[in-house]
Amino acid sequence: MSVLEAPPSYRRLLYGLSETNTRSDLSEHHRRFGGCPLPPPHHRHRWRERFHAQIELSGLTGRGGAEFPLATKLAAVRAHRRHGVVVVNSMEGEPASQKDGTLARYAPHLVLDGAELMAALLGTSQIYVCIARDQRGAVQAYEIAARERRQWDSSSVEITICTPPAHYVAGEESALSQWIDGGRAAPAYRPDRPSIPVIRGRVALVDNAETLANVALIARHGSEWFRSVGTPDSPGTRLLSISGAVSRPGVYEVPFGPTLEAVLDHAGAPAGGLSGVLLGGYGGTWLSSDEISTPLSSNELKKIGCSVGAGVVVALERGHCGLAETARIVEWMATQSAGQCGPCVFGLPAVADDLKTIATTDVSPAIVERLWRRLLAVEGRGACRHPDGVIRLVRSALRVFSDDVEYHLANGPCPGVHRPSPMTGISERRIVQWR
Amino acid sequence: MAVRLQVNPIACDAFGYCAELAPELITLDEWGYPRMGGQPVPVELADSARAAVRSCPRQAIKLVQDRAPSRERVATSRPSPATHPR
Repeated sequence: MSVLEAPPSYRRLLYGLSETNTRSDLSEHHRRFGGCPLPPPHHRHRWRERFHAQIELSGLTGRGGAEFPLATKLAAVRAHRRHGVVVVNSMEGEPASQKDGTLARYAPHLVLDGAELMAALLGTSQIYVCIARDQRGAVQAYEIAARERRQWDSSSVEITICTPPAHYVAGEESALSQWIDGGRAAPAYRPDRPSIPVIRGRVALVDNAETLANVALIARHGSEWFRSVGTPDSPGTRLLSISGAVSRPGVYEVPFGPTLEAVLDHAGAPAGGLSGVLLGGYGGTWLSSDEISTPLSSNELKKIGCSVGAGVVVALERGHCGLAETARIVEWMATQSAGQCGPCVFGLPAVADDLKTIATTDVSPAIVERLWRRLLAVEGRGACRHPDGVIRLVRSALRVFSDDVEYHLANGPCPGVHRPSPMTGISERRIVQWR
Repeated sequence: MAVRLQVNPIACDAFGYCAELAPELITLDEWGYPRMGGQPVPVELADSARAAVRSCPRQAIKLVQDRAPSRERVATSRPSPATHPR
């Protein structure tokens, strides 16, 4: 496998991106990254084995949130005799996440290179690119990119741009495959997980846009290069969408290894400290101001019970009420339920109610106890992991903001309750359609 | 062979018959939806477990072979082996 000269910095996916760039067309893409090394026509079989091995050596994991090893998933899909399809997941259901949209606008061809490589590996020509239909800019960027690729060469892959409805659970793997198959964009019941989705009778490889962009770089520079930044257990970089109490919010590409604190400093977090940091997404975990000195790596984060997830980082300023913020998030997450499973339909609003009561009224300890009971009652009982994410978030809030719970129990609502919320995207996006 | 009860939460509509028929194995939450506990069904309760499976108007409950869940194992599209009541 030929190895191109690699860019000499931590900026990989966002390499060459500057303020003046608006969009990366195909020639700009080739100038930045070089051409995509697709398999030679006569040695496809050998190429597939080698490239699969490269991905395995690279240790690349899924960047959508679950961090499942890509090579394992790939092996499971390849084990099926039926031809596969490749699905690019750029749904970005997390309201505070902007990374997939950033890739769509600035490096759509990198993502499509990754998808084309995966299609070559599976021996298929079908690629579906899924973007939530309210993200018009990203939809347009992929449409233009797909057209450019058709004009550039008569490549055999067929790229279909899909625009499923925009809501939190529509980006879930089984929801996407059901929607492409003509059903509702709602998660399916799969007792044996992780399972492989099937689209029109063909097994599907559903991968996050950021994962595929990394695949495109591994094909160019090899697995050793990929592992040259990051930590042994978490090689490579991550795109983080940083928002909240920072002076320079935005999407940052950072290697695994440094602490979240260092990353937040870089984004302009206040010197006076933070009352907490939300990591992962709205189904993620709150970290206390001490815990943000943990290095960003799967193993280190696992020790404190969290993960980078979808790369969302929201800094909460001192003086804000973490309980009120969590209540706002949970209230919104309850509206995002697909409405299929009872524990989610009834449990999430009940949990949101309890949290709101704790945050905004003179609350009794009985309500806090009931909340703990309800967390136990709802956990693990949905068809998908949506309720579990909410439960994880609430548990972490009760732990990180335990002093606030005590304060609210003793004195009623704190002054921070009515401060403007740094949580983005939770007032709009009421679900109106599933098709 | 150890078996355990499994409910499909999408199919379940909180009729609650199952908890009436197998109260030792199934409890209802505050909204009326069944919780299976996830433990293997003891031999002496196998009959009430089967009655619970049969009673469900939504056919949401199954008796499945008890296997330790593994994160590394990737399921195929083959349905999990189920022990159907007769």
